[in-house]
Amino acid sequence: MPSDASLAPTATAPAPPGPLRAFWRAFRENRGAVLGLAVVSFILFVAIFANVLAPYSPIEQFRGFSKLPPFWVEGSDPKFLLGTDAVGRDMLSRLMYGARVSLFIGLSVMVVSMVVGVALGLAAAFFGGIVDVIIIRVMDLIMAIPSLVLAILIIAIIGPNLTNTIVAVTIVGLPRYVRLVRASALTELTKDYVTAAKVSGVGKFRLMTKTVLPNCLAPLIVQAALGLSDAILEAAGLGFLGLGAQPPTPEWGSMLADTRDLMLSHPWVMAFPGLAILVTVLAINLMGDGLRDALDPRLRRS
Amino acid sequence: MIRFFLKRLALTIPTFIALMFITFVMLRLVPGDPIEVRRGERGISPERLAQLRHDMGLDQPLWKQFLDYANALLHGDFGTSIVSKSPVLHEFLTLFPATLELTITAMIFAIVLGIPAGVIAASRRGGVYDQTLMGLALTGYSMPIFWWGLILVLVMSNTLHLTPVSGRVDLIKFYYQPVTGFMLIDSILSGQKGAFMDAVRHLILPMIVLGTVPLAVIARMTRSSMLEVLEEDYVRTARAKGLSWTRIVGVHALRNALIPVVTVIGLQVGGLLAGAVLTETIFSWPGVGKWLIESINRRDYPALQGGIMLIATIVILVNLFIDMLYGLINPRIRHAK
Amino acid sequence: MSGKNGALLEIENLTVEFKTGSGYFRAVDGVTIKVDKGEVLAIVGESGSGKSVSMLAVMGLLPWTAKVTADKMLFEGIDILGMSANERRRIIGKDIAMIFQEPMSSLNPCFTVGFQIMEALKEHLDLDKAQRKARAIELLGLVGIPSPEQRLKAYPHQLSGGMSQRVMIAMAIACSPKLLIADEPTTALDVTIQAQILELLVRLQRETGMGLVLITHSMGVVAETAERVSVQYAGQKVEEQVVKNLFRDPHHPYTAALLSALPERARGRKLPSIPGVVPGQFDRPAGCLFAPRCQLATELCRTTKPPRIDGALCHYPLHDGVPQNHPGKEKAA
Repeated sequence: MPSDASLAPTATAPAPPGPLRAFWRAFRENRGAVLGLAVVSFILFVAIFANVLAPYSPIEQFRGFSKLPPFWVEGSDPKFLLGTDAVGRDMLSRLMYGARVSLFIGLSVMVVSMVVGVALGLAAAFFGGIVDVIIIRVMDLIMAIPSLVLAILIIAIIGPNLTNTIVAVTIVGLPRYVRLVRASALTELTKDYVTAAKVSGVGKFRLMTKTVLPNCLAPLIVQAALGLSDAILEAAGLGFLGLGAQPPTPEWGSMLADTRDLMLSHPWVMAFPGLAILVTVLAINLMGDGLRDALDPRLRRS
Repeated sequence: MIRFFLKRLALTIPTFIALMFITFVMLRLVPGDPIEVRRGERGISPERLAQLRHDMGLDQPLWKQFLDYANALLHGDFGTSIVSKSPVLHEFLTLFPATLELTITAMIFAIVLGIPAGVIAASRRGGVYDQTLMGLALTGYSMPIFWWGLILVLVMSNTLHLTPVSGRVDLIKFYYQPVTGFMLIDSILSGQKGAFMDAVRHLILPMIVLGTVPLAVIARMTRSSMLEVLEEDYVRTARAKGLSWTRIVGVHALRNALIPVVTVIGLQVGGLLAGAVLTETIFSWPGVGKWLIESINRRDYPALQGGIMLIATIVILVNLFIDMLYGLINPRIRHAK
Repeated sequence: MSGKNGALLEIENLTVEFKTGSGYFRAVDGVTIKVDKGEVLAIVGESGSGKSVSMLAVMGLLPWTAKVTADKMLFEGIDILGMSANERRRIIGKDIAMIFQEPMSSLNPCFTVGFQIMEALKEHLDLDKAQRKARAIELLGLVGIPSPEQRLKAYPHQLSGGMSQRVMIAMAIACSPKLLIADEPTTALDVTIQAQILELLVRLQRETGMGLVLITHSMGVVAETAERVSVQYAGQKVEEQVVKNLFRDPHHPYTAALLSALPERARGRKLPSIPGVVPGQFDRPAGCLFAPRCQLATELCRTTKPPRIDGALCHYPLHDGVPQNHPGKEKAA
């Protein structure tokens, strides 16, 4: 028998885990991330099944039952668990449907940002020259104008509604994605495997999508997760200023705006929508952190 | 060093041109021709409208309008507010110190608390301090700041009566001429007793609200940068020299760890101005952010246009400054060609 | 027990394990090292042999994920394993010093060379500023850096690899250590500089009489500089001998394979190499760790851990190239 190492394995330690399992194990180690995942799943569930779960319609106004406190405060009505707002709409239902709105906005922004960001970033990296310069300058410009200010400007032009909120928030967040993809792609382009592919005659488009893109994915995924939480916050900010989804659509940010006058006498009307935003965004950020730690081996704690 | 500065400055010129173009285009796109909306006004004849249109230069071809606009900007004419009838630049400069005071104090708050928090968390990695501080940081930057502001007002102002609800100064008790525009300084200069404390009490909540997100971001960034630096070879050398942990963290690691933190601080400036818009709205702080929102609501488009142009210019200049600072701290860049 | 001048460093049965996401990884497995005063010991082995880790354990430079256990770890007779961190700090950098493989990244880019050397002096010695500066200049001169006064103000990125390593050496010997550990000091340097640095180390050792532990993967370096050599493989010490004897008559098959892979010793047209790879965390053999790659491995080698005979960790140690008590080539593999 030849004297190389092709002997029957005499391993005394377990075999190394495959990539997916290794990822899950690393992710699992971070208790915060798992908690985040659980909370996000719950909120997602509520958002999807709001029709079934919510006790009332979010836009139905119950005259005579307005400004009721939540069930643990005196003067409440057990029919409306978390109380009602100024015009008698059930808080709990509005929160549930609001989850749907906020998550929808957030996810839409995330998806569109990724698609456009990847396209622009790859274009800038691959075509270089004038294309690159233009793209980068436009992104710099977007970053030069404070995000909310730019979003407000865009809404001022195209009008305040749900879809336009998505457009505005996407545009404002685009530079982050484009720069990330462009930087990643540029780094990969210097590597030997790309040169090898080019030499073997791989066309530009295929080179972009099949060869380089998969290697840029890890930071992109992390950015997308964190971008989701930023998108929800920006959208809520626009809603608060009255520039987002218009009433009676239950959007958490605009729910907070309605309540400023009631703040002193009926603090819970203000507390709940804000808490909803906080919990959602916090959970997403926890997950995002866990995702980043699990995907980036440098930061892993062993 | 000078060359470095000039090179960076030159690079901003195309950005400025693009900025002018964008603001020009955007405002032309806004629905609602400012002349047309006045058509129904009493006593306005079509000739008068045409005259107004001519006065505002709106009957010229677009490219000429743009050149006129650019020309005006370069001469410091940022337009005239429809609402207040005074030059936009003048309005902006009157209100800007308020925003500046708020953003500067918020940034100082964020840096003074954020960097030590990050350093402590990193040097006692995994311990109680680390987890608590980072948990707080994460919460801080997951909060919608308009809600956070409302909560603080509810607790501090309405319940505990520690701070006033809005504004910069209690006009009933104090009045003094603005010298610098900074209440903190002017109150001291005025010599009135209690004026300074009054200014502080008005400033403190908006400062905390605006500074919370930068604080959280800086703390996290400092921690992660510190952790990376602590893995570096030269830290190992420092340990091999028998230096104390305090010295290693404070002297050897910190300077290197701060480099990316400075970049992050620079990036926060734009975010601060965005946050200022919301903060000023909540606290009725008479600054540029609140003015911008009002301009939109009142359809004062020249004000909006000029205001955005000015804010963006400031952000670009601040970024330039931060670039310079970065070159100062990192000797490698300084000595590079 | 003590060598010709008395034992400086005595380590017995040192084991270092690293906590990883998937269990513990044993980087150093029951290693015994002894260095006498004024002696030059070389530790040689491939990447993954654990040669650096044992010395890092002595210096207390391992990360928090490392678990260090030993029967004995004494420096000048004092137990350093059980010492508190603060006590250890008084010895590290002063009586025991270490230099590393990548001199370019081992110096802090934000501070001048002079600052970093004088810092070491300030920490351990009682000198005033002028004296520290004088000593720093003296040290830079000792390591062969021209115009030392000007160099004090230089930043690390302005120095070449060879210069940086000289500065590292200057910093290490600043407080006249009794033991200097050099972890692959020349691996990252140009070939021409390598010889200069080694020569410098050897000269300094002779002039100061300090103990020198030289960690390397190159047998050539061992031949030129060391008195005794310890060969490590996969975390274990597989052989230790006086250098001259080891080269003439290696006892362990791994050592023999290493030597025969030296270009100088090549006889045929093909350079003999050792097939296979060093076992990692997940494929540690049950018996002898070298068995999967050993030409002479038998069933006994694969199943039973080898004893230590004649300083070599082997069932059939070689004497003049002949394995002792070996059942013969037909039974092998």
